[in-house]
Amino acid sequence: MPMVEHQGRAKAGVALRAGFSVIVCIIFLIPVFWMLSTAFKPRLEILSIPPKVFFEPSLEGFVSLFTVRSTLTETQMVEYANRKDLTWIDKFALDRGVAIVGPSQYVNRVKNSIIIAGISTILAVIMGLFTAYAFSRFKVKGEGDLLFFILSTRMLPAVVVTIPIFLMYRQLGLYDTHIGMIILYTAFNLSFSVWLLKGFIDEIPKEYEEAALVDGYSRWQAFIKYVLPQSLSGIAATTVFCFIFAWNEYAFSLMLTSDKARTAPPSIPAVLGTAGIEWAAIAAGALLFLIPVVIVTFALRKYLLRGVTFGAIRK
Amino acid sequence: MATIELVQVEKKFGDFHAVKPVNLTINDGEFVVLLGPSGCGKTTTLRMIAGLETITSGKILLNGEDITDKPARDRDVSFVFQFFALYPHMTAKGNIIFPLQTQGTSRSEIEQRLNEVVKMLDIQYLLHLRPGALSSGDQQRIALARALIRRPRAFLLDEPLGALDADFRETMRAEIKSLHLRTKATTLYVTHDQIEAMAMGDRIVVMSAAIVQQVGTPAEVYHDPNNMFVARFIGSPGMNLIPGTYSQGSVQLPGNNVCPVPETYRSTLDKYGYDKKVVVGFRPEAVIPSANGVLSSQVYSQDLHGSYTMINLSMNGEIIHGRVERSANYAINDIVRFDIRPDMIRFFDPETESAIKAEVRNV
Repeated sequence: MPMVEHQGRAKAGVALRAGFSVIVCIIFLIPVFWMLSTAFKPRLEILSIPPKVFFEPSLEGFVSLFTVRSTLTETQMVEYANRKDLTWIDKFALDRGVAIVGPSQYVNRVKNSIIIAGISTILAVIMGLFTAYAFSRFKVKGEGDLLFFILSTRMLPAVVVTIPIFLMYRQLGLYDTHIGMIILYTAFNLSFSVWLLKGFIDEIPKEYEEAALVDGYSRWQAFIKYVLPQSLSGIAATTVFCFIFAWNEYAFSLMLTSDKARTAPPSIPAVLGTAGIEWAAIAAGALLFLIPVVIVTFALRKYLLRGVTFGAIRK
Repeated sequence: MATIELVQVEKKFGDFHAVKPVNLTINDGEFVVLLGPSGCGKTTTLRMIAGLETITSGKILLNGEDITDKPARDRDVSFVFQFFALYPHMTAKGNIIFPLQTQGTSRSEIEQRLNEVVKMLDIQYLLHLRPGALSSGDQQRIALARALIRRPRAFLLDEPLGALDADFRETMRAEIKSLHLRTKATTLYVTHDQIEAMAMGDRIVVMSAAIVQQVGTPAEVYHDPNNMFVARFIGSPGMNLIPGTYSQGSVQLPGNNVCPVPETYRSTLDKYGYDKKVVVGFRPEAVIPSANGVLSSQVYSQDLHGSYTMINLSMNGEIIHGRVERSANYAINDIVRFDIRPDMIRFFDPETESAIKAEVRNV
């Protein structure tokens, strides 16, 4: 009997925990849901109170996001409607009293984000890997101080350093350039990648490399053939974290880019409509912006758990 | 095969002196054991020879050739690690032939040499297994095979038995020894276990506190230690070291005991000085109980070891270990009279801790 009682209690515990997890998930997912529904809401229903949960989905937000439009007068509308070369999007716009005059900058902004975040992440991880390996395997003079110095680059919030960087970048001709943003994000991510990867490499026993060194490998061969495969999970975890940072970064991009190299985060809230704030377009932009991060994180998810608990488990 | 020569080799890690300048020659085909407590610099010395550690100053010669600045892979030495360092993703066979593959040895040559070491170590049945599936002893066999297959100029072994179970250690000890007898390869072997060192080494290098304390055959370091550290460290238990005062042909020991000084040491100790503090050293087996022995002490405890009995005596608080017949049976607090075998008595200067060597040797 006590056995049954015990099992019953255990079951109740599982149910309680599951219920709690569901509640937490719901709380976390509400903003995502809100964004999703706003992106598909027709303009009139976005601000209605109480908020509508059920509505007829509309692509108005996405059309606004990707296009630049101008409002038509009554006569212009009649004239415009008689044209033969109208696509379905044009007609869609016409129903709302506007004509599409060109594409918006959104696609370019996202392209910039992909280039800048992608390249800076790759650079930060590669440079971090070599630095971490050196700190882990060799006696570096002033190791503690150097590591602290590397970390200290991360201690000042972006808003504090943007003004000096802005002045320097303007002098150097790096303002509003891809290369400038790549350098900045690489430098900012490097401290993180060095520290995280050092933890991983410290855990790889160095005897294997030493055995390989004695048995005929050069340091470089031992690194490529042994250390690299062993640290894959660390590299994956570091990549995800660096990418998320560079992808989401807002303050530097707002201050240091204007057009050519502007990334998506500062441009999304600035989507201007012809009348009032285009909430649907903003939500649609944010929704699409999420997708690359979700893909990267999902692709590397099996390494992530080990990544976030690194150092917690000693072999 | 080769001779290894260390000339004033020194290693510093920042301010920490890991190895103070050491001079050492290991002859061709010799089995030399580096012995010392942990942190004494013996492993660092071995790693410097392998090229895994840089040298602060000094020179290392292999067969007369200066290899000080050569990378590890060009030194043609094998290294066996305490924790085996077998590549976990390769089979035992893959591990063994790895060094030959990196050298680009031909396939037929690899097969032939593999057969050779497999026969030598009797490991045919292990070849297809991965390290994770092997016992620690078998892992070390594979590691030895990996070292052997290269036919290097010298073998460097870093506590190869340290990670094994006690009963396995004895088997592997005999195996390594017999392997050395068959290959006659120059071998440098690091251990902190003095029994292992005594059993295996042609010569023993005793290290402590980054300094080489003594280099000698097992018999030399056992019977004629250079200093009190070696006397204590070698043997289990180590040498009895009893403080006393020298005066004219005898040493005053605690508890009104007077120890006669053997003829051979007289003149040396006379020069050393009368009424000077001196430490008398003797091995437990030099304690000979006899009814009219000149020394007397109280029984403190006794342990039966099967083939012999160890009595622990208290000479006014100074503990003396005596190795006596197994039939001996004393009661606690009994007074035991005994002599010290005159040929096994040694003297040390308590200030410098070094041995006072006789001018005239025992014959």
